[in-house]
Amino acid sequence: MKLKHLESALQDVEAFASPKVKLEQYPTQPHVAAQMLYTMHNSFGDIEGKAVGDLGCGCAVLSIGAALLGSAYNVGFDIDTDALKIAAANAAEFECDIDFVHCDVVEALGLAANAQPPLHIQMAALSTNDSSSPAASSSNGLPLLVRPKSLDTVIMNPPFGTKNNAGIDMTFLHAGVLLARTAVWSLHKTSTRKHIAKKAAEWGTTMEVVAELRFDIPAMYKFHKEKSVDVAVDLIRLDCTRAPSR
Amino acid sequence: MRLLTHNLLQCHVKGCSTNNYPLRVEATNVVHKEADFNPEFITHMLQKIEWNALRTTASALGVAELPEILPLSMEGQEELLKQIHLVLMETHIMDGKLVCPGCSHEYLVTHGVGNMLLIEDEV
Ligand SMILES: [Zn+2]
Repeated sequence: MKLKHLESALQDVEAFASPKVKLEQYPTQPHVAAQMLYTMHNSFGDIEGKAVGDLGCGCAVLSIGAALLGSAYNVGFDIDTDALKIAAANAAEFECDIDFVHCDVVEALGLAANAQPPLHIQMAALSTNDSSSPAASSSNGLPLLVRPKSLDTVIMNPPFGTKNNAGIDMTFLHAGVLLARTAVWSLHKTSTRKHIAKKAAEWGTTMEVVAELRFDIPAMYKFHKEKSVDVAVDLIRLDCTRAPSR
Repeated sequence: MRLLTHNLLQCHVKGCSTNNYPLRVEATNVVHKEADFNPEFITHMLQKIEWNALRTTASALGVAELPEILPLSMEGQEELLKQIHLVLMETHIMDGKLVCPGCSHEYLVTHGVGNMLLIEDEV
């Protein structure tokens, strides 16, 4: 499939009926989604025949694109049941088999904001290197909904983290690292690049900035004064092949 | 929700971390939907799935009786791979609930979507 065909297919993916400010819902624009997926597929082989998870999938444009490029299995996670309804309808429209799980990505991966990891669990996490057995809990001792390292590739267009949920972009990224065996693909404000590289290293992964994009976030919310906000965004890939399993 | 997805999920209620897997399926509607057979992918996924959980779930749902122990190599195991494909990729839990064996928490599945969201005091 050519890039322009993928982009035009993704233009037919239905977007949020009424975006929710609190969840920072804005659709991944078809040209951004297409460019991201095409690069993953053509330059890195991270889609074809792979098990792909989509964190904060929204209306599932990234999952559908991945399925169109030949992923073997897709699962999308989102907290918003309205978005998941649209996502399921979109998947059916495109005849893609995509499973959807209604959950809070942050909580489901044991990354709740205020949880301080008990010391003995931190130590246990450091001393284990058995990646084959399922971990019942995350490194901070909170139970996990999804078994770690159960997917090949994780894709996401995470919330950028506004005043009310600062840092949520990093939490999503961390959740991706817990789930992916091979790679996590994500979009982040270019201004956070250094911080992400540092965190990525802490998680045992290597960050690569694959492309620099410009995001045209349309003024869909009332508090936006301008018609749209142009933001510099990095398309990044975290290599997870050497990351510990938890 | 396909059984592959079911195989990845465990109960995450606060304090429930020992006997929290696999979630018992109490389905009111399970459908079979044909999917492309990809033997390489099935072989690849066998490294990630929990075999015993898959086997007991498939048996409980009456979908298939999978062998207790997998052959060391899947080479030439076309029939077995097809059977695993049917279980993992073609069996959809459409409606029902997933029940934690440890704490008995019930997660609802509606129109194929699992609601794994916990309310505040369960987190
Ligand atoms: Zn439980």
